[in-house]
Amino acid sequence: MDFKVHVWRQKNRNSQGKMVTYELANISEEMSFLEMLDVLNEQLIGRNEEPIAFDHDCREGICGACSAVINGVPHGPEHGTTTCQLHMRSLKGVRELFVEPFRSRAFPIIKDLVVDRSAFDRIISAGGYVSVNAGSAQDANNLPVPKEAADKSFDAATCIGCGACVAACKNASAMLFVSAKISQLALLPQGDPERDRRVSKMVKQMDEEGFGNCTNTYECEAACPKEISVENIARLNCEFLRSTFISNEE
Amino acid sequence: MGWLTTKMNSSVGQKVVMAITGLMLFGFLIVHLLGNLSFFRGPEAINGYAATLHSLGALVWVARFMLLGIFVAHLSMAIKLTISNRAARPVPYVNKIFQKTSVASRLMVITGLMILFFVLFHLNHYTLKWTYPEFNDLDGDVYRMIIMGFSQPLTALFYILAIILLGVHLYHGLPSTAQSLGIYHKKYNCAIVFLGRFFAVVIAIGYISIPLSVLFGIIK
Ligand code: HEM
Ligand code: FES
Repeated sequence: MDFKVHVWRQKNRNSQGKMVTYELANISEEMSFLEMLDVLNEQLIGRNEEPIAFDHDCREGICGACSAVINGVPHGPEHGTTTCQLHMRSLKGVRELFVEPFRSRAFPIIKDLVVDRSAFDRIISAGGYVSVNAGSAQDANNLPVPKEAADKSFDAATCIGCGACVAACKNASAMLFVSAKISQLALLPQGDPERDRRVSKMVKQMDEEGFGNCTNTYECEAACPKEISVENIARLNCEFLRSTFISNEE
Repeated sequence: MGWLTTKMNSSVGQKVVMAITGLMLFGFLIVHLLGNLSFFRGPEAINGYAATLHSLGALVWVARFMLLGIFVAHLSMAIKLTISNRAARPVPYVNKIFQKTSVASRLMVITGLMILFFVLFHLNHYTLKWTYPEFNDLDGDVYRMIIMGFSQPLTALFYILAIILLGVHLYHGLPSTAQSLGIYHKKYNCAIVFLGRFFAVVIAIGYISIPLSVLFGIIK
């Protein structure tokens, strides 16, 4: 496979970036998208040029490190797939590739395709946890959890925090991420005691990081490599109303 | 009260305010439409309806101020949210595709501003009549006023266009309200989205029927 690859090149946080075009020949269909970038980087190094910086770690779709908006879609055109799990065969018939970083004020670009997603960590630190030690496994029937709640909590917990939801949203809103983190705890008895405080603090932190606001376009759900449902966003809104009007929280 | 303002000033809180005020404006549209449709039952019906409204005196003013408050709240939240949404992505994408974002949802700001402009035009046209002094001589004959107004093709077309945009606004806005208020259930989602879109279309067709019937001379 031969490609014309347009990649966003940016030296550092403060410099101005631009799209740079590279020609790439003889790419195997079996390669992953990141392997294609590896090949391109070897050629760049061979020509004494600066290789393209991109994030990656597990390369098996579980860590959430890889990013990039590929031909207009975060993680590329294949549904429910991270960039590292995207294979070149799913880009059959495509001649030109546009590779850009996740764009959001809250995700400043560090270099080329690498963005700083520590805003997500700060949102988690604000309340995305259970404060007391849950202890070691107790008798399974001590804390009954309905099957449906367990399933939904698990689905929300599959979020790998990659930030594709922010990248996809026309408002760069982080609501799908935050709502997944809130849902996974709100649905379980262990998360219940802190649910009101949690939603208040996490929403506050989300706003301070400079993400946009949800306008219910559901673009995030379409882009999410883990197919997290926007039902979680409705649950966040519900938790928020509960914490505002029903809880004793000040 | 501090707790309420703090909460409602957050991003999620502002969306809640938008949703509630949006629903209230939708309620007004229904009532206003039902009133306007008495136009089709002839001069006595709509003139009588207008006279009843005017005879309510202070009550009408209470309703007007409430409506103004709701409208201003909806609008100011819209402006605040839009500004922060624009600021959230300072460097745009070179190449971006929307897989699921509907045209209606992308046009909310434009259709919203069109509605604002239309409401101002409409208030001047039929309520205040600042630039339509000829309507003042009609002596409360709202029926004649509507016919005279919509006999101007440009005016009628402007109303029709504006109301189509209002329908587009509601097409995204009404179903979106449920999500913003945290209402989401597998059993009812289809119905909620369908009803929201259905009412958007009904409102648009209902209001358009009046200028259209005058424009085509069906009602003279
Ligand atoms: C074909 C469509 C419409 C017709 C024929 C119509 C007709 C009228 C008439 C005749 C009045 C004045 C009533 C009076 O003399 O007391 C009025 C008032 C008003 N209309 Fe409409 N209208 C239409 C659509 C709309 C729409 C789409 C809106 C959107 C929000 C709207 C908002 C208002 C408002 C705010 C008032 C002022 C109420 C008041 O008197 O305080 N109208 N309309
Ligand atoms: S590199 Fe870990 S998810 Fe892609």
